[in-house]
Amino acid sequence: MAQSTEANGTGEKPGFDLGQGPGRLLVWLYGVFTVAAASRAVVQMLLDFGKAPLAYLLSAAAAVVYAFITYSLVRGGPRARRAALVCCAAELAGVLTVGTWTLADKSAFPDATVWSDYGMGYLFIPVILPVTAMLWLRRAEGTTGR
Amino acid sequence: MIDALTLALGLAALALAAWCGFAFSRDQSTKDWHFIGMAVVTVLALAQLVIGVVRLAGGDKPAQGTAIFVAYLLGAAASVPAAGFMSLAERTRWGSATVSAGAVVLAVLEVRLYDIWGG
Repeated sequence: MAQSTEANGTGEKPGFDLGQGPGRLLVWLYGVFTVAAASRAVVQMLLDFGKAPLAYLLSAAAAVVYAFITYSLVRGGPRARRAALVCCAAELAGVLTVGTWTLADKSAFPDATVWSDYGMGYLFIPVILPVTAMLWLRRAEGTTGR
Repeated sequence: MIDALTLALGLAALALAAWCGFAFSRDQSTKDWHFIGMAVVTVLALAQLVIGVVRLAGGDKPAQGTAIFVAYLLGAAASVPAAGFMSLAERTRWGSATVSAGAVVLAVLEVRLYDIWGG
């Protein structure tokens, strides 16, 4: 935290950290969604895996993506930034694919996933979050070197 | 009893969210008063957790399942303190935004808890 107080006028600093400032809010939201998706997947799989295996596996996959992005944001640095960018793109693609899929073929999903109906059950945050994160990560570009 | 506490906690969470959102809009970090507010909300959430567990032990069954009910109770108790700790490390307006987001999460959890308990 001490380094971050040495910010210059433009808000860009040598030790630019992905998890600071607005990034802190992203870390929090990604953390929340990691817990939400993971606990949802675990509880549902334990209770009745046979009811909607596809939906539960998709929730579990979402949890893994969220966990990785959270970790990358906290870790920081150019490599983590690129990795997080790729994951955010995958996340956005996942939300859009699963969202369309759940609307097109409701019979494939007897139970909802985190990404059903474009994340409507989660206030559409699953769609908004990857876009916001990608904007943030792009802005962070150049300040972390490459 | 549970319903009244759920309602109170939901409203308290929204008030906290608005308060910290106000600090965010004024470009302020979280202050001592905000942390006292967070503590009050957290105490309410912990009370809800204890009462919920006691009611379960007493033989009550939530409409949508015990495991989900307990998971949401734990999430509700953890969300505001977790956001509070993050705002301790982020002494800018974004720390306030984080607490505000945490309080909104709690309010949403309370709505879900109401559904899970009552069907």
